[in-house]
Amino acid sequence: MNFVAPELYPATAEILVALMALALMLATAFARTLAYALAQITLAAAAFATLLTLGADVNHTFSGTFVHDLLGSLLKLAVYLAMAIALLYGRAWLAARRLDRPEYYLLAILMTLGMMVMIDANHLLTLYIGLEMMSLSLYALVAFDRDAARSTEAGMKYFVLGALASGLLLYGMSMVYGATGALELPVIARAVSNQSASEPVLLLGLVFLVAGVSFKLGVAPFHMWVPDVYQGAPTAVTLILATAPKLAALALAVRLLPGGLSALAAHWQTMLMLAAAASLILGNLAALAQHNIKRMLAYSGISHMGFMLLGLLSGVVEGKNGLAIDAYGGALFYAIAYVLMSLAAFGMVILLSRAGFEAENIEDFKGLNRRSPWFAVLMLFVMFSMAGVPFFIGFFAKFAVLQSVVAAGHYWLAALAVVMSVIGAFYYLRVVKLMYFDDPVDNAPLQAPAGVQVILSLNGLAIAALGLAPEVLLALCAQAMRTSVITG
Amino acid sequence: MEFKTFVFYLLSTILVLAALRVVTARNPVHAALYLVLAFFNAGGVWLLLSAEFLAITLVMVYVGAVMVLFLFVVMMLDIDFDRLREGFWRYLPMGALVGALLVAEMTLVLGGRYFGLDAMPEPAAKAVDYSNTKELGRVLYTDYVYPFELAAFVLLVAMVAAVSLTLRRRRAGRYIAPEEQVAVRHETRVTLVKMAVEKEPAGDEAAGVEAEKAGGQ
Repeated sequence: MNFVAPELYPATAEILVALMALALMLATAFARTLAYALAQITLAAAAFATLLTLGADVNHTFSGTFVHDLLGSLLKLAVYLAMAIALLYGRAWLAARRLDRPEYYLLAILMTLGMMVMIDANHLLTLYIGLEMMSLSLYALVAFDRDAARSTEAGMKYFVLGALASGLLLYGMSMVYGATGALELPVIARAVSNQSASEPVLLLGLVFLVAGVSFKLGVAPFHMWVPDVYQGAPTAVTLILATAPKLAALALAVRLLPGGLSALAAHWQTMLMLAAAASLILGNLAALAQHNIKRMLAYSGISHMGFMLLGLLSGVVEGKNGLAIDAYGGALFYAIAYVLMSLAAFGMVILLSRAGFEAENIEDFKGLNRRSPWFAVLMLFVMFSMAGVPFFIGFFAKFAVLQSVVAAGHYWLAALAVVMSVIGAFYYLRVVKLMYFDDPVDNAPLQAPAGVQVILSLNGLAIAALGLAPEVLLALCAQAMRTSVITG
Repeated sequence: MEFKTFVFYLLSTILVLAALRVVTARNPVHAALYLVLAFFNAGGVWLLLSAEFLAITLVMVYVGAVMVLFLFVVMMLDIDFDRLREGFWRYLPMGALVGALLVAEMTLVLGGRYFGLDAMPEPAAKAVDYSNTKELGRVLYTDYVYPFELAAFVLLVAMVAAVSLTLRRRRAGRYIAPEEQVAVRHETRVTLVKMAVEKEPAGDEAAGVEAEKAGGQ
């Protein structure tokens, strides 16, 4: 019975965020207004700690339950950025509705911790615990406007369906454990690839794992919760829900499928193929019929996540993973690009809202050009980028993913994705048309604080700038996948 | 039949029947009590697998704490359970079909073929002084210390979420805020407002007519 104390250095960021969450809870008991500043300080400090421990080598600690690698660091930095921007955008919106209670920021920080744990998980147990920490915080955040029936209904729907999905995932994990006798992902990968595990049991588990992952990503046919929850949740929470958790869900998918079960790639790739095709068709067609911009962005999110799956499913061709780095790197790039665009899109919804008024309908964007030409241009960037118009970041994301789909030889899937993108361009361009060619219904000046306006402008400009120079980020994504998934 | 096998079948039969009664019982208190019975038998099955710590924890935590709390909630809240059970018969065929399919699929995969004794041989018996509890405690605080600490954070999240969603300060309560009482200054108690002298407006005809009418009567 000899115990070696685990090396804590790789987990610096996680430990820091956990301690800061406790500090935030204690501090806000005495000074409620400190919560926002402390949350931002936590995120900045975590980013600093992650940058400090950044390295290309893969470190395992806590008896193999934790992994520290480039993929994790990159995803965590993206998560901090997304959370920091989301908290900044949401703050004035919440204050105008008297929702800026310290618990909001505490839950947001605990949710960040959950996502970090998921991203750095090397073990089914940590993966699941991180997922639960993130989901539980999100359920509470969705229902945070507890006096509004819409918000509590959305929270209840999300909770019931989310609990079911977690159950499915856990069931799948137990099957994988039953077949391989291991919970540590690299050990599972070894057991699966040398065929010491019985395949039917693994496949049954795999079906449940893919179902659970699909739910968390919000892809068809596990998408039913997405539009209702996006619409019902307070807009500031929708902003959080539509951004950072997608990165964590991608981490869940990458750690589980290419990371743990790459030997079964032929099977899960077929399942993801069906999910991706269904999401592309359903997301884009249903978005056409929406009048509520939050619902429209929800359906657009379903189609975007379907598009991202195209990258994940074209890594392994006939048992060889020669294309895997580009394919998984493309999926990661897509996720980061989507998060940037989604932040800006929901940021615009928040920008147009004010106390007692929600800019929830697409009509509310009418004549934005006359009210504020600058923000109309930014929204134009976001919509063009989401539609995949060339030389915005969304175009390169779609391009990178499609390239690997074609390289993997799934021509029908690439054709479907392109056709659906063209159909999808209609509802993005409709918003642009309303902004530039219609008369404003509401002439109230924009009331968002200067900080929000500046960061939203930078966010919009980043979408354009990264579109002009996507190589650095693309190379970084590919490098992260090379060090973490292929060799690990 | 070996005695152990007999005990297993006895416990499992009661477990399955009790679980069925949990969903079909009309009275929610009965349903909760059947759940207690189901947990107790599941604990017995675990004991047969020589997982004595888990068995005792199941009985202590679920039967002793969770279910008692649940019974309190069921008895105290005035929930119309008949309304909740509306549509039971309507959804039964669909639910039964899905349930039967699940059971059939699980028997195919989890049956003796893949999980039988030849696929997964019985682990060697442990020494007499082997303590399940001690071994669990050892790995919980060494190998699994990271997930263990994180589980504590998950409980914290649940607590924060529950409090933030349900705690309300009573509006009607007459609270005294001592810090406000202490901080009171005489300037803030009474505000003297300087204002110009106001005269009755001269051209207020309507008022004048009213006054005349009143005078005439």
